Order: sequence, then C-alpha cells, then structure tokens
Amino acid sequence: MDEERSENGFENVVSMRGITKRFPGVLANDKVDFDLRKGEVHALLGENGAGKSTLMNVLAGLYRPEEGTIRLHGKVVEFGSPREAIEEGIGMVHQHFMLVPSQSVTENILLGLKEPRFRMQLPKYNQIIGEMAGKFGLHVDPAAKVWQLSVGEQQRVEILKMLYRGADVLIMDEPTAVLAPTEISELFNTLRSMTEQGKSVVFISHKLHEVMDISDRVTVLRKGKVTSSGLNTGDVTRADLAHLMVGRDVVFQVEKSEAHAGDMVLSVEELEAKNDKGLPALNGISLNVRQGEIVGLAGVAGNGQKELAETLAGLRPVTKGRILVNNQDVTNKPVKLGIRHGISLIPADRTQVGTAPNLSVTDNVIMKNYDQAPIGSNGLLNMSEAENYAEDLKLAFDIMVPTIDTSVRLLSGGNLQKVILAREISSEPKLMIAVQPTRGLDVGAIEGVQKLLLAQRNAGAAILLISEELEELLSLSDRIYVIYEGEIMGEIRDNDINKIGMMMTGTRLEQIEGEGVARNE
Amino acid sequence: MSKVEVKESARGLAFPYRIKFEDRVENPPRWLSPLLSIVAVVIALLLGALVIKIAGGQPWAVYNHIAKYSFGSLGVISDTMVKATPLILVGLACSIAFRMKLWNIGAEGQFFLGAFGASMVVLLPVLPEDAPKWLFISTMAVFGMLFGALWGFIPGLLKARYNVNEIISTLMMNYIAIEWNNYFIYAVWTDKGFQMSRMFQRNAWLPRLSDFAKRWKVFSGLTTHMGLLFAIGAAIILWFILAKTQWGYEIRLIGDNPRAAEYAGVKIGRNIVLVMMVSGALAGLAGMSEISGVVHRLQGAISPGYGYTGIIIAWLAKLNPLAVILASILFGALILAGREVQPSGIPTLIQGVIMVSLIASDFFLRKRVRVIRRVEE
Repeated sequence: MDEERSENGFENVVSMRGITKRFPGVLANDKVDFDLRKGEVHALLGENGAGKSTLMNVLAGLYRPEEGTIRLHGKVVEFGSPREAIEEGIGMVHQHFMLVPSQSVTENILLGLKEPRFRMQLPKYNQIIGEMAGKFGLHVDPAAKVWQLSVGEQQRVEILKMLYRGADVLIMDEPTAVLAPTEISELFNTLRSMTEQGKSVVFISHKLHEVMDISDRVTVLRKGKVTSSGLNTGDVTRADLAHLMVGRDVVFQVEKSEAHAGDMVLSVEELEAKNDKGLPALNGISLNVRQGEIVGLAGVAGNGQKELAETLAGLRPVTKGRILVNNQDVTNKPVKLGIRHGISLIPADRTQVGTAPNLSVTDNVIMKNYDQAPIGSNGLLNMSEAENYAEDLKLAFDIMVPTIDTSVRLLSGGNLQKVILAREISSEPKLMIAVQPTRGLDVGAIEGVQKLLLAQRNAGAAILLISEELEELLSLSDRIYVIYEGEIMGEIRDNDINKIGMMMTGTRLEQIEGEGVARNE
Repeated sequence: MSKVEVKESARGLAFPYRIKFEDRVENPPRWLSPLLSIVAVVIALLLGALVIKIAGGQPWAVYNHIAKYSFGSLGVISDTMVKATPLILVGLACSIAFRMKLWNIGAEGQFFLGAFGASMVVLLPVLPEDAPKWLFISTMAVFGMLFGALWGFIPGLLKARYNVNEIISTLMMNYIAIEWNNYFIYAVWTDKGFQMSRMFQRNAWLPRLSDFAKRWKVFSGLTTHMGLLFAIGAAIILWFILAKTQWGYEIRLIGDNPRAAEYAGVKIGRNIVLVMMVSGALAGLAGMSEISGVVHRLQGAISPGYGYTGIIIAWLAKLNPLAVILASILFGALILAGREVQPSGIPTLIQGVIMVSLIASDFFLRKRVRVIRRVEE
C-alpha cells in the first residue's frame, strides 16, 4: 500500500488536485484542490452554484473533469461512471433519492448487483442488511417497502446501499434539506459512528450551523474556487465561514425600519377549508394584514399553512367564512380576479406550481400579466413587448441566465426564485403571500429575498409571510400569528420565542397568559 | 489495489475514444429539432432500402419509382396534394391537442363524423338540391366541423369534468363513429342496396383544378381540390393562434405545467374542452373535404387510417402547424406510392420507422453527446 501522507502525518484517502470542470458558459470548478482524510467528516461549504455538487460529482464518476487528477490512496484514478467509482469505494447519496417505492429495502439495496444471482434469498439478505444497519445506527426495517418509509428512512436506505457496495468514502449532497430536526440529529449520529469505524464522509451543505455541528474540517468554495481549504472546524466561527462563503460579512439580523401600518388590506373571517384528502384543514381562521407591514404565520409544517395560502389565492375552495381584500369580497372568486385585485402568491413549490419548467424565462415572467397591456391586448400576445419586459426583469433582479429564451428548468434554485419574485413583485401587488420564500436558498440569496420583501413592505404592500424558519419570521415580521391544526393560537407582537414555541405545539395565547396571571396571584 | 491495476491494463487495450451522454445544461440549438426529424426520415428510408434488398428487390429502383409516381409529373404531384390535403388537417388536429398534452387519438373518428355531417347537408337534405354551390360548400364545411367538434367535445368534457383518460375515450369513440357511419350507408342512405350513398350532385363538389381546364389547359385532369386551400389556411390560422395569441400562450402553459397554469388563473377545464373541440373540428373538416372533394358520396372506405397517420405527422412536424404541411406532403407521397409498390408494404414500414425514430430522437434533445479521448496514464 503506497499511502500518501500529508505533511502532518494524516492519511489522505482522497486527494483531488487542480480539478477544472466547465459547463457551457460557466466555469463550475476552477483548479480546485480537495483532500479527504481517513475517518473525518469534511464539510464542503458554499452558496448554491458555488460548485460543491459539481466537484463531488466529479469524484463520484458522474462528471469528467477537463483538467486535474484524482488520487485514491495515492494512486491516480479515473472514473467513467458512478459504477466505477463505487467499485473503488466512493459512494454518493444524492439529494433526490433513486429508490423503487414498491420494493422492499433489501430489494432496493440488492438491485443491480451480481449477487444474489437468481434466487433472491430475501430472509438471508434481510439479516445481513439488518446487521449492517445496526452497526451504523441506521434504523430501518429491511423487509419494509420503500413507499411506507419516511423521507429520513429512505435516506438511510440510500446510505445503506452505498455501504453495502463497499463505500469507504461517502459523499452526502445536502442531506439535511429533506429531514426533520430529530432525523438530522440521528443522521449526525450515523455519520459519527461511520467515521469511528474508519470511513470518511464528505458533507455538502450551505447551512452554517450544521457544518459547525458535524464536521471535523471545512473547505469553502465560492464561484468555483476554493476560498479556504481544510480548516479545522473548531478553529473558526460561524461568522468566519459566512464571510469565506459569500465574500463579505453577512448581516444575520436584517435591518428593518419601523412599520407604518396603514389601511386594512387583507381580512380573513372565520375561514374554513378542506385539504386534498377532503379532511378539514382550516377550522375558522381569522386574521388581518395591513398596508406596509409584514405579518408572519408561524407553525409546524402541515398545520394548514399551505391550504390557507391556496384559499387566499383562490386556488382552493372556501367551505365557510369570508376573505376580504381592500374591503372587496374575493371568497371563492376565480384566481384571475384575485390577481387583478393585487393578490400575489409566492408558492412554496417553485417547480411544481411556481413555474413551467420547459418554457422560457420570458414565458414564465409573463404568467400573471400576459393578458394585460402592453404584452396582451385584444386577445393577441405581443412577444417583442414580452421579451423587453423579461430583459428588464433579468437586469433588475440580476437573474443569471445566458438568454431569456433559456428553459427555466435549467436554472438553479436561487435563480428560479428570482424569476418568481421578479414576476410577483413587478406586478406591484397590494397583498403578497410568501410561502417559504427562502427555503433551500443559500445565505446570499436569502438575504436578497428578505431585502426584496422588506422593500415591498416599505413601499406599502401588505405581506403575509408563511414560513417554518422561526429565525426568519422573527427578523422580518412586524407581528406573528401562530397556526396549529388549522386554528390561530394567537398573535405575538413582542417576538417572545417561548410563547411562540408553546403556541406551535397547541397552547392558546389566552391559556399561556391565563396561567401567567394565575401564577402571579 | 490489484483490482485497480487489472482495470488499468484493460483500459490500455481499449479504443482510445469513448462516447458519453450528458444532461444538457442549456437549451438545445434551434436547428437540432428539425434536423432530427429529417434524420428520422433518412433512417426510415435506409431501413426500407435494406428490407427491399433482403427481399430481393432493388432499393434504388423502388425509390426511383416512388419518387416518379409521387413527384414525377404535374399529374402525380396533384395526386400527392390530394392525399396530403386530409393529412394536413388531421395533422393540425393532432398538433393542437398534443401541444396541450391532450392525447387525442380520435382524429379518425372525428374525420368520419365530419364526413357524416357534410353528407347530411346533401342527403338529409339540409339544403334544397338546387342551392348554389358556394352555399353548399360553406354549409357542408360548417356541418363537418360541427360534427367533428362534437366528437371532440364529448371526450373533452369527460376529461375536464371526471378526468377520464382521453386516450381511451377518443380511441373508443373512433369505433362508434365508424359504426355510426356504417348504419347510415347500409340502412338509411343506401344506394340501391350498395353500402354507399348516392353520388352527390355537382353543386356539392369542391371545385377542382380540372374544372378550370377550359380556361387553362395545364389544369386538365388535375384532381387537386379546394380542400387544399382550406388545409393551408387552417395551418396558417393555427400557427398564428399558437404563436401570437394569449390563447396560444395558455395552451403552452397548460401543456407544460397545468398546476402553474391554474396558479396563473388560466381555466384548465374550459381549455381542455375548447382544444378538443378545435382538434375535432379540424379532423371533421378533413372528412368534409375528402367527401366533397374526392369521393363525392358517403361510403365506408373513405380513410386509410388518416386519423392515425395524423399522429405521426404531428410528431414529425414537432407540432409546428407550418411544418405539418411539409410532413403531410411527404406522407401523401408515401400513401400514393404505397399503391404503386404494393404489396411490399414498404411505405407502411417507412411510416412506422419514422415514428419510432422520432420518439427515440427526443433523447438527443435532453442529452448531449460527447466523444471523449481516454486519458493515458
């Protein structure tokens, strides 16, 4: 074994040198060096589009670099496919899982392997995989069908798949994006037990606190280049990393002026609606939003936030109650009428609802005003006006695309959100409903989105911000409602996190205050 | 470690280049899509040649023959155009529906219903026998389109209201349409017991080029009829609707992402019904034009599967109404030549291979092909 040892005596499992990878019009990786030591969790930090996933896709055999070499245990290797990479012990768990829902965990893991050959011998393999799972704390029933599993469990299956194929180096691409908080801590335990058993982990993320929690070392990428390589996580602060990542100091607290709340814009009275399964989702919601204020709606996911946003936009029928916008009744009115009344919705799901993926940027930005002059008149569509409009928005909102004819499915998450924001903000809405507007975006993009929302508020729009990120709600909102099982638990004006936490788990504000009074007496 | 070395030595013997498919990270160039259509046709012709060769024929001679009998003289060009006329209309019918990802494969049935509606004007009769020609033709066209639209409306409504799969419903309705026609030609409008109606009187015929032979000699014997003008006009109107109107934009938006369209306030159900009706009306007009321009009576064998050929034409034209005209002329020639080179079945084979190649070629719109030189260690 010709092991390469770095200067200070650590064993480098992987060392990548001078990796350059180009995509048309983009230099995704520019002479990137990266070392991975045996038994460490190495975080790869960077904004969306910084080249983290590209670099690791090169290591995992998905892409071929134009320049540079990869050494595995000191020996130069070159992978033509992910299969060749996993044969050498490098496995990657992607953001999007590749599992067959109707098959069991074991079947999914064995899929595509040479053994077992013909007879599946499932009980035997169930046991082998069960033991392997136990060894790394990956709790999942090998006989369960994949469709019955939670997202966190499915991720464990993907990890097991790689371990079963003999991965010594595990690359995790934004593994926490899909997980609930408890699942995240379980994942971290698994990663630790893996490194204790001599495996090495690359942890791709743009979430600073997670990087601080889990990693031994950090490499930071910005715009395809390494800004800092192999720092010991213990020696740096969150602020240091944020600076390295975006190239400037990030203001974690958004600067916000005093709210000047004006006339009532949105007034919801005793609203009731059903969810997709026909079960009650909203049980008598009453709330209001005034001009020039951001009103937050806090709550654990799945307590009726999605349904509320959809009923307000006219996408879901109201079964009881009223919605008033500028004193006009828009309850159960067509979506288009809502748009004409100045209701704008930034949907949580950018690709499934917010955009048409195969259509161009132009076609996507005119979605709300294609029938309004100057783009639309007398039933006709003026494409040159539409293109001018798209060019203007591309400049104003700094949308990074080669041309406005590009299909939006080719855009990164942050750019896609810019397309949606550009469209919604430029319609000068009176009421803006923003659902999870910063989810999945990197630090720089989040700041940009938040600034845009504040600018809208200051310009006099009424904004209902529906988010699961408490930090974001606290820093942006002028007051916060808390929703629980389709009911409003109360309204908070003093950013009291303890109260919000209790309300999110089903305690009414009156009860909290009542108890407080009782205790004082 | 040893595993690595084995692989490397194996690699040393391998061909120094390899082909890799990568996901496209930007839009494919504009010329690629039409190029793929042309390549599909070329592949089909080459495969056809191979089959002819295996069967002991002379491919070159056969193709020469096909070309001669579809484009070789003014007379056969005119015949090709006659075949292309209904194909353009059904090709357009499929194109507009497919743009919205509505898989209307009922153009065949809508064609028969259109033929029925047009015949009704003469046979019921809707108009007195001696009504003027312009009145007959315009009424027949309207009736043809109405009945075709009705045959699109039913599956459209079922889809919009109850989400009934339009592939199944339109296909089933093809059989109903054909049997419906059969009932009338066997029982109601039968001509002396034959399975066809009586010949239409002359003022219910679409004008043909040969009608003007007295004034212009070159037109004598040319059967190209006014249906071709209907077809080309329809293609231009449809192109305009899809490219230049708000409705065209709505169709594009629904076709790509119905949920986004709903979110933008576009009424999806109404558009499904509307597009199915327009699609049906176009196929119905094809039926009318065939009845009034070529057959001049209602009978059973009025379509050699035009409605299904329209599906292939729509794909070959990449759903572009103007390209539908070109694709239809090619297919018109193939149908015409089919008679010339029967019973070899080569033209049908070519149609089939074109369809398969087209579906396969979508791969190249999504992926990029790269030839990579293997790096020597």
